[in-house]
Amino acid sequence: MGYHLNFNLVWRHFDKLLNGLVLSLELALLSILIGAVIGLTLAVWYVSAGRFARGLISGYVEVIRNVPLLLLVYLVFYGLPTVVNIAYDATTSFVLTLSLYSGAYLVEVFRSGLDAVPRGQIDAGRAIGLTPIQRLAYVRLPIMTRISLPALSNTFISLFKDTSIASVIAVPELTFGAQWINNTTFRIVEVYLVVTTIYLIAGYMILLLLRLVERRFRVER
Amino acid sequence: MDQIVYAFPFLLQGLWTTILVSAIVVALSLVIGAALGVGLVYGPLPVRLAVRILSDCVRGIPILVLIFMVYYGLPPLGLRLDPFWAAVAALTLFKAAQVVEYVRGAIGSIPRGQMEAGKAIGLIFSDRLRFVIFPQAVRRFLPPWINGVTDAVKGSALVSLLGVVDLMHAINQVIGRTYEPLPLYLLGAALYFAINYSLSSFSRVLERRYAFVRE
Amino acid sequence: MEVVPLLAIEQLSKSFGSNEVLKSVDLSVSAGEVVTIIGPSGSGKTTLLRCVNFLEFYDGGSIRIDGSEVGFRDGSQRRRRTERDLARMRAETGMVFQSFNLFPHLTAEQNVTLGLQQVRGKSRKDARDTARHWLARVGLEHKAGSLPSELSGGQQQRVGIARAVAMEPKVLLLDEITSALDPELVGEVLDVVTQLAADGMTMLMVTHEIAFARDASHRIVFMADGRVSAEGSPDHIMSGADGNDRLEAFLSRFRGSRI
Repeated sequence: MGYHLNFNLVWRHFDKLLNGLVLSLELALLSILIGAVIGLTLAVWYVSAGRFARGLISGYVEVIRNVPLLLLVYLVFYGLPTVVNIAYDATTSFVLTLSLYSGAYLVEVFRSGLDAVPRGQIDAGRAIGLTPIQRLAYVRLPIMTRISLPALSNTFISLFKDTSIASVIAVPELTFGAQWINNTTFRIVEVYLVVTTIYLIAGYMILLLLRLVERRFRVER
Repeated sequence: MDQIVYAFPFLLQGLWTTILVSAIVVALSLVIGAALGVGLVYGPLPVRLAVRILSDCVRGIPILVLIFMVYYGLPPLGLRLDPFWAAVAALTLFKAAQVVEYVRGAIGSIPRGQMEAGKAIGLIFSDRLRFVIFPQAVRRFLPPWINGVTDAVKGSALVSLLGVVDLMHAINQVIGRTYEPLPLYLLGAALYFAINYSLSSFSRVLERRYAFVRE
Repeated sequence: MEVVPLLAIEQLSKSFGSNEVLKSVDLSVSAGEVVTIIGPSGSGKTTLLRCVNFLEFYDGGSIRIDGSEVGFRDGSQRRRRTERDLARMRAETGMVFQSFNLFPHLTAEQNVTLGLQQVRGKSRKDARDTARHWLARVGLEHKAGSLPSELSGGQQQRVGIARAVAMEPKVLLLDEITSALDPELVGEVLDVVTQLAADGMTMLMVTHEIAFARDASHRIVFMADGRVSAEGSPDHIMSGADGNDRLEAFLSRFRGSRI
């Protein structure tokens, strides 16, 4: 093996990785928030919707889930500006893409969460005279949120990993930072070892944090 | 528009490469993942630990990073793979870790009483696996696994970043010449959708058909 | 003439971690006898049953079936038997489970033939004939080709009984076999058990069905806190044996209801 490990060049440019990590987290957070709004709205609509609306929503979900994220990223970044008179930078484009992406997955999460609300609780709401909207706001949504927490955590962690795709349109997140260092220093093995470790540790810490949050809000059945 | 029609054969070639990559990845990952999965459930502690750690690490990093690591990181260590096989190797690793999870879930979801009933009628361990556990595990494994094949197909799009001419790469190349990104991306989306949606529909059919195993 | 008991349990002890579930249990069952164990939850009765076919490993004492020790090699040293030996011993006992545990991917008939073919080595034809015979005995020959998911709870449990009995075990172990059944399905299962007892099957039963225990058993054993607390004929036990407080407290819950 004629390759000598030299991490110094990686440490010298560590700020690129750190900033990239922060940006990745921001991208994931922003996308899941917007995606949650999309997903929640569509999930609530789906439950009370007619066949046509359900078909549309299902269509949206199925298309997003069956098409590679990479293609979606290209589609939104290169394709959209040709029909819509919009000029945006790569980061905004990626947030839009990832939000639509996470929205589709979250529709499923919230829809099954709503389904999982125990019938008895809804009946109790009926029994004390709450209107359907009140039942939705005070009984079904709160309970659904607690039920969906584990799935939400998993989605967030997935999104965090998916932010690496942004590197192909030169968004300066963590993977892009790794490639930048690679192109500058040619220390391939070192930089990818470091970046892999960063992803693993960051992912694990997010997992622990989210588990704590889950435990705090756990649904006692 | 005619340029797109003109480019169609080229796109089909890319599509073929995508299917080829996906098929190889699915097949290899099934064999490797199933073996590791059984090791995870029934193996001795060192094996269980190793599989657990390996699987968690692989699933804990983005697929893109995994691909780059395999493609860029192996040559300095002496192993030189061409882009096609580097991508296949990385994707196989990723899918295999998923398969390990499916296997673990399938076997783990079988109630303990089944093993006990097998013991009670006097079956030895290998017969218990063969007649009681395995038939049930397969039926629990198949629906999520077939659904997961869509991940291999979607992941295959990343090989385009290594220069492998799959459907994604072909699309980008044609766009480079026609300067009409939208129709081509939409066409590509339609093709990927067609493949994956059929797969996930099939998995749903299987799930319903095998529901009786879940009592 | 000394009758060697078919099943002899001596000074059995078993702990789960720091919890001593069985504290030195002595129990014997003779050929053709039906012995029922009753007692409050936590008394160790199910654990005792599961030790007999070595689904649980016991810590101390011995269990012998027809003279051979279950689970461990004979002799002063306690060495676990091999998988093959264990399997062979388990074939000599039959167990019917509270949650049926039928193999869901096999039909009723296949559930019964599996053991006959793989363990008893019968040919396909012999196994099928035997299975059909036993399914008929439990009243389910018309359901031979049905999957467990197509059967009611009572029917599933009867298949479970057929599966265990078709192996011609020396001892039949019944672990609260009606506890998971809807009340109206309990009768059909108990009828089958009564019939088997009348035909001379040796049985060790754990049950909550006190009336059934009284009617079907030759002997009732009352367990509490991991020990045998009282033992005797059904009449003896039901009438309040020797001023046993635990037994009284336990039975008083059932007095005035169905007995």
